[in-house]
This record gives sequence, structure tokens and C-alpha cells, in this order.
Amino acid sequence: MDSIESKGQPIKAEVEGALPVALGAGIEDEKIAVASPRQLMWWKFRKHRVAVASAVVLVIFYLLALFADFLTFYDPNAYNSDFKFVPPQSITFIDAEGNFSLRPGVSGLISKRDPETLRITYETDPTRWYPIHFFVKGYSYKLLGLIETDVHLFGLDPAVAEEMVYCPLGSDRLGRDMLARVLHGARISLSIGLFSVFLSLALGIFLGGISGYYGGLIDNIIQRVIEFLRSIPDLPLWMALSAALPPDWSQELRYFGITIILSIIGWTRLAREVRGRFLALRTEDFVLSARLCGAKDHRIILRHMVPSFTSHIIASLTLSIPGIILAETGLSFLGLGLRQPVISWGVLLQEAQNIRTVALAPWLLLPGLAVVITVLTFNFLGDGLRDAADPFNR
Amino acid sequence: MIQFIIRRSLIAIVMIAAISVVSFIIIQLPPGDYLTSYIADLSAMGERIPAEQISALRDAYGFDQPIHVQYLKWVGKALRGDFGQSLEWGVPVSMLIWDRLGLTVIVGLSSLLFVWAVAIPVGVFSATHQYSLLDYLFTFLGVLGLAIPNFLFALVLMWVGYSVFGQNVGGLFSPEYQNAPWSVEKVLDLLNHLLIPMIVIGTSWTAGLIRTMRANMLDEINQPYVEAARAKGLSERRVIWKYPVRVALNPFISTVGYALPQMVGGVLITAVVLNLPTVGPLLLRSLLSQDMYMAGAIVMLLSILTVIGTLISDILLAVLDPRIRLE
Repeated sequence: MDSIESKGQPIKAEVEGALPVALGAGIEDEKIAVASPRQLMWWKFRKHRVAVASAVVLVIFYLLALFADFLTFYDPNAYNSDFKFVPPQSITFIDAEGNFSLRPGVSGLISKRDPETLRITYETDPTRWYPIHFFVKGYSYKLLGLIETDVHLFGLDPAVAEEMVYCPLGSDRLGRDMLARVLHGARISLSIGLFSVFLSLALGIFLGGISGYYGGLIDNIIQRVIEFLRSIPDLPLWMALSAALPPDWSQELRYFGITIILSIIGWTRLAREVRGRFLALRTEDFVLSARLCGAKDHRIILRHMVPSFTSHIIASLTLSIPGIILAETGLSFLGLGLRQPVISWGVLLQEAQNIRTVALAPWLLLPGLAVVITVLTFNFLGDGLRDAADPFNR
Repeated sequence: MIQFIIRRSLIAIVMIAAISVVSFIIIQLPPGDYLTSYIADLSAMGERIPAEQISALRDAYGFDQPIHVQYLKWVGKALRGDFGQSLEWGVPVSMLIWDRLGLTVIVGLSSLLFVWAVAIPVGVFSATHQYSLLDYLFTFLGVLGLAIPNFLFALVLMWVGYSVFGQNVGGLFSPEYQNAPWSVEKVLDLLNHLLIPMIVIGTSWTAGLIRTMRANMLDEINQPYVEAARAKGLSERRVIWKYPVRVALNPFISTVGYALPQMVGGVLITAVVLNLPTVGPLLLRSLLSQDMYMAGAIVMLLSILTVIGTLISDILLAVLDPRIRLE
């Protein structure tokens, strides 16, 4: 927890603590003295345990998204009218005869229809037991978009596909596997944040750079535009713009359209950051000497100034991603963002809009948990990076 | 001071003018103009519109004229409170939005009060008890509130309300007060229903303000003047609340200015989930059905309200901190 408190203000007076304690005191000083800035940043970042843990969680999330089709057994868009609203199924190691089995399996399901409400409910039937197989053949897909294959990490024997399903996170109203949907949704939800942030970054560095480097009238105009964009409420603007996307656009175009719309506000924050750094650096000696040596403007900006605040930019990029993920989720939830058959966490949560459905199948809210974890970890990671970006700040 | 207010108000007016341009662009974004869809809509229902009525409408909105004339005509009407006809409802937009806008403001203001009532004491506590267990707990809860999307939080609360208490927690009024005239009972009923939206909208930005408040307090709390007050024998409560808190509040108020635009978004989306009779569900419907005069008017009015809110917070800040006025 020691890392959470360091938000909001820079760490003060923690010089010694910022380094691995394992090193002896004398050697430690020497090591600090000769360490490169990158080394110092890494030491400082490593000290921020929650941030490191968050980074690990995020890497896992991105890997899960990348290998979504290998890791899940069912096609995320495949309907199964026999198994609607199946609750999350747990695995057991006790087979149908009551013996212990080293191979995990799932008990059979008995579906019952409530005579009054006509809802289907499920009960487990321990007399039937289906072993889970590893590296089973299922629907074919392209691993990483390259290798054509039909092997999936785990699943039931394809021969029992008619009578049984295994959905670790349950299934939705059309019997689609929630695990497959959440992992495939992660692809869109996790990537849209990255793309949108890079687009914002490009705009932010370009306009913020011009603004901070040249100053004067251009600076004034850009700053007023930023102020204006920041003063109007973002969600209604996003809603109106995405509602205006032509309905006949393909899924890919729509995805990029939404990405661009989300960057329209996003760049302002980064542009402010970049401008502030430029203003601070403009009067530094190394910039002056570069200019005296006859370096061109773009060279001074890209080769001399930008590298000296890259770490700050990375930190503030990381802190912008959660907002974009939340925005996409919100827009898709409202039905204005991405749409079926594209799967994103927001699209999945649209299924949970009706409170009666949620009461019947609370596991439909699981994509929301994924959103919360992602946003939290990005925030923690960003905080850690922000502290580490200034290794000399003592 | 008066000079400051005048200058800020002028900036706000320029902002509002720019907002009206953006709103007009939003209205123009979907293909085709209002009149074409209106005629198509009516003829789909088997009605015929006399040609002279069409040309009268065409004149009134200036559809034949260049775009800037259309804009000026639209703004001129908007200034007089006429935001055009709602295609979907078949009545003037202004008839539908004022009530809902009022309720939106009430929901927004009560959330703002909730946030302040929580963030200020918690921020002060976290700063005076730095690194204590409760400090960590508050920070964690705050960050969690930041990470949970508004609509998800609303859904979960509704789900809990529905499955535990067996009642629907949505809406702003109980059914019996829905269409009743305003009375004391109706106001009490409204306050009762405000609690959940208030918490849902508030939590998402309490975190940020707690952080700001805590950081500001930590900057102030070690200043010599605090020490001096303590040395003079003031009680600890007076030392904290009378001096550093007042200084720490300044940046706090200025953050409200830019938290406002984001809060409006929270109010919108929460209203959709909780089915509140505010402009949120109306905006969503109008956008989905491309009822653009309605959508444009709502976006414009919400933005104007935000600008006015920011203006008020700027003026408040200048009242509290004389240094601002001289900048």
C-alpha cells in the first residue's frame, strides 16, 4: 500500500529508500553516483510495488487478449439455444462414480423451467461427469492472425458438444460463452485505449510543441482552443459525434471513427503537458547552444527537447488510457459506440442494461469487473511511472 | 473585482458563442436537412403537407440560403427560446427540455454538494493523519470510485436494491407523485430519490478532489504560520480549520471548474441507467433517432450551463483569494 499515498505530490526525502536496500551503504552511494538516469528511474519504479504488480496484471491482460481464441473453446459469437444463461460452472475432481480423478471435469447440468416465470434455471447433476481435455480441437482460427489452427487450450470432448457445455464464466441470453466474449472483448477495449492515446499524443506533441516552442500569437490561439474544448462537457459531444458516424460504415471504419472521436478531447491534456515542458526547457542552456550551433527548429525539438521529457509523457499517456477505456465502455453501453457483432466490454455490458436480466444472471456484469481492474491498474501504473519519471526529485 | 467579473463574463460569452457554432455543426452532421426528414416522416404516415406550408418552413429556417445565414437564423430563434421542432415528438423542443433541464441541474448540484461534503473533511483528515490506516483506506476507496464506471455502479446498486429490497430504485419520483403538482411531499419524495444518483455521480470524482485537498493541506500544514498558531495555544481544531484549510480550499475550488464538464457526462449516463427524468435519456433517444434539433439544443444548453458553472466557480475563487483578481 505504500505506493498509493504518493499520488498527488512528489515523493519527498526518500533518497535512500528509493534504492534497493540490499546494497551496502557505501557501495550504494557509489552506485547512485554513476547510475544512468534510466537506471535510477528503474530503481525508483521498482520501489513502487503496487505499480509493478499493476504492470504485471496488465501484461497478463494483454496476453489474454492476444491469445483469446487459443485460450477459450467456444466461438464468441456462436449461439447455443440449449444452454442459455448457464451460471459460471466450477470444476470438480470427483467423477460420476464418486472417485477422485486427477483430470478436472464438470458435472452435468439439469435445466428446469420455472412454471410461473418461465425462467430456465440449472442444477448440477453429479451422476454425469464430463472430463476437461487439454489442447482439444474446436473451431478453426488464426493464431496471432498468422497461423491457421483449430487447437484450443482446454475444452470438453467435441463428441459431447450436443449435451454439455463448459462455460467457466457462464453464458448469456443466447447461450454464448462469456469467457470467450470477455477475452475477445478485451482485444477491442484494450486496444482502443492505446490507439486513441497515440493519436492524442501525435496531436498533443505537434500542437503543444508549436505552442510552447514558438509562443506568441500561435500559442495564444492554441491555448484558447484547448480551453474551449475542455470547457464543454465531453460525453454529450462524444455521443453526438458518434451518433453522426454514417450507419453504413464497416466495423473497422467505425472502430477508427470512435478512436478519432475519443482523441478529440484527449489531445488537449497532453498538449498542455508538452507545452509546459517546452516552456520550461526553452530557456535551458543546452537548447541555446544547439541553436547557436545552427540546428534547425525541428532538430532542436525532436533531438534535444523531446528526449528530455519522454518519461513524463509516457507517464501521462498511461494516466490518459483509463479515461478513454471508460469513455468507450460508456458509449458502447449506451449503444452509440461500437455495435454487435463487434465485441467490446461496453458492448457486453449493454446486455446487462435490464435490471431484471442482471438479477437473473449477475455474471453478465463480469465485463464490468474487467473494466474496473484495467482502469485501476492503469492508474496505479501511471502513478508509479510519474514518480519514476523524475528520479532526481528528492 | 468588478473588472475581473466583467472580463471573465466576456470570455464566457465568447465561449457560449463558440458552443452555439459547435451545436449547429452537430445539428448539420447527419445527412439531409430537417425539412426533408420531416416531410418524409409525415408522408410515411400518409399525411400530405400543402406546398405553401413547406415553403413557409423553408423560409423560416432558411434552408435555401447559405450555411451561415441558416446558422444566424437558428441562433436568432434560439436566443428567443425557440430551438426548433422535435421530429420525434412533433412538438417544439423547448416544450420538452426545460423541466428536465431543471431536474438535471438539481441532480448535478446535489452531487456537487455530496462531493464537497465528502472530499473536504476526508482530505483534511487524510492530511492530518498522513500514512495512517484510514488514510490508506480512504485513498483506496477513492481510487476505486474513480475506476468504476458510473453506469456500472448504478447498475450494481439497482441490482442490489432489486434483489435485496425487492424494489426498483430508479427514477426521481414515486409513481404517485409523478404527475402531481409541486408540494412539500413531492419535494421530500424527490430528496429521497436523489440519494442514489448523488452517490453514483459523486463517487467518480470524489477521489480526485480528496487527492487535491490532501496534497494542498500537506503543503500548508507544515508552514510556519500553522506552527505559530499552535504555539499561541489555539486548540488543534482551530489551528487546522481556521488557517490551512482555508488556504488549501483555493486550488480546490478552481479544480471544480474543470471537473464540471466531466460531471455532466456522469449525470447523463447515470440518468440513462437509473431512468431519471433528466435530459440524459432524452439526449440518448434523440441521437439514436437522429432528432437533431433536440440533440443540438440539449448539447448546447448543457455546455452553456457548464460554462456558467465554471464562471461562478472562478468568481468564487476571486472572492476567496484576492491574488487571482490581479492576474
